[in-house]
Amino acid sequence: MTAGVVQVAAKTPEWRAGRAGWLFVAPALVLIAVFFFLPVAASLLLSITDFDLYSVANPANVRIVGGRNYVDLLHNPTFWLALKNTFYFALIGGPLTVATSLGAALLLNAKVVRFKTFFRTIYFLPFVTTLVAVAIVWRYLYHPQYGFFNYALGAIGIHPIDWLGDPHWAMPAIILLAVWKNFGYNMLIFIAGLQSVPVDLYEAASLDGAGAVRQFWHVTLPNLAPTFFFVGVVTMIGYFQLFAEPYVMTTGGPLGATKSLVLFMYEEGFRWWRLGVAASIAFLLFLIILGWTAIQLRLERRLAR
Amino acid sequence: MKRLRVTTVLLYAALIIGALLSIFPILWMISASFMPTGMANTFPPRLIPDHPTLQHYRDVFTRLNMGRYLLNSGIIATVVTVLSLVVNSMAGYAFAKLRFRGRDPLFRAMSTGLVIPVQVAMLPLFLLLKSLGLINSYWGVIVPGMASIFGIFLIRQYAISIPDDLLDAARIDGASEGRIYRSIVLPTITPILATLAIWTFLSTWNDFMWPLIVLSDERRYTLPVALASLVGEHVQDTELMMAGSVLTVLPVVIVFLFLQRYYIQGVMAGSVKG
Repeated sequence: MTAGVVQVAAKTPEWRAGRAGWLFVAPALVLIAVFFFLPVAASLLLSITDFDLYSVANPANVRIVGGRNYVDLLHNPTFWLALKNTFYFALIGGPLTVATSLGAALLLNAKVVRFKTFFRTIYFLPFVTTLVAVAIVWRYLYHPQYGFFNYALGAIGIHPIDWLGDPHWAMPAIILLAVWKNFGYNMLIFIAGLQSVPVDLYEAASLDGAGAVRQFWHVTLPNLAPTFFFVGVVTMIGYFQLFAEPYVMTTGGPLGATKSLVLFMYEEGFRWWRLGVAASIAFLLFLIILGWTAIQLRLERRLAR
Repeated sequence: MKRLRVTTVLLYAALIIGALLSIFPILWMISASFMPTGMANTFPPRLIPDHPTLQHYRDVFTRLNMGRYLLNSGIIATVVTVLSLVVNSMAGYAFAKLRFRGRDPLFRAMSTGLVIPVQVAMLPLFLLLKSLGLINSYWGVIVPGMASIFGIFLIRQYAISIPDDLLDAARIDGASEGRIYRSIVLPTITPILATLAIWTFLSTWNDFMWPLIVLSDERRYTLPVALASLVGEHVQDTELMMAGSVLTVLPVVIVFLFLQRYYIQGVMAGSVKG
């Protein structure tokens, strides 16, 4: 009798919706918890162990070593090289990509331009292509003897560059590829941002006698600020994770000039099976991304004021 | 008036130069794949093959076995797309419309995952999948891709605009929650499902690092993994590698060109997530 009352009271619409809610999110939650959050937490544990090839064979060989992996990394010149390369790529490539995206968006947003959809499709096409495939294509375009880059440079009297074979040029070459591959994504977001700037702001500025350049500085840019920060944060997070371009084009060379943190992590973890060390690299990368994102968000708040 | 016309000409010039730069590597890849062996390695570089040949496409399928990789990529991307649509749409709808205890804190906790780089999870994930016996299988690639925080975000944002009255009316008529999801929610959110489907398909197809880690047996390679491995051995065979690249890129480019309306919507919607 009591049980019946409880049951009747429990099966209210709210109870039903609540149960349904949990059932509906359960598959996604379980998958994300087991295959993402759990490994992330385990990664922190892994990074304080000496997990290596012997531990892959038999997990009983694992020993806790505390912060030794981190200390070792800080004394490892390869780590510092990978860190430097990653910052080089992100700090030059990121802003260059965002600037290219903004330029393309401004062109496509110009009032007089027709065939906008056509141009937008072409500009966006590199973004949907498979990175590994186009990295191989660019490898040939960068060929010192037969590649189109040097041919074009030769036409304006510049001597051939050994793009991927010269430690000074390999990273710029990878940055150029990344700009080409990725600018289309940010461009779309900038176009959406540009279209949301109220037209009367431009009209008012124009009545005040502001020309195109001043309108850009005083109307367009301030109104684009939120878009700018979104694009900046997303691009930088992605660029700190540089991997496939050097893997395919240079395998981190020449002389380690394009070895990125993720490539270093991959080699430590999956080539030499030093999973403990690799997990420490992954965690340091995470901290770098977190720190950089925090800096960007603070900058946004300061500028918004 | 005259100044305006000068600006217009300059604008178009910039647009066309930009378009040429964007499309050139893709066009050259296609053109070189039809060149007879050796023609792509000449100076001055050639743009158009004078005797186009299909030889490299034949070789790609017979000698390099890329039909197999095409099949692997197709199976993995399709299965991930279908499963992730079901899993993410259920969760996204529930987070938007079903009131349950702990919903909002749960959603916030899950969102923190968006700032964690996937590489952090990869090493333990490899060990986990190894203990489950999923290394070197399709499932090793599929399972971690089945639920995505971004996908749940995308669906939730869209599903929020479903009117509550519509759902409540169905409840009063005695429809079960599962029935409501199938016959009211799914038809309403079709546009965003299309976006998510294309987005998932393309990013799974193009994904490189995780398949590279999980798949060690050549017969299970996806196209990008196979291509990266073949280029080591066949680096001199420019035309052959270009045929392989075309085969890898073409399916996603075709999907994009036909469904770009939905895809671009997805990019724009993604920009709100920040």
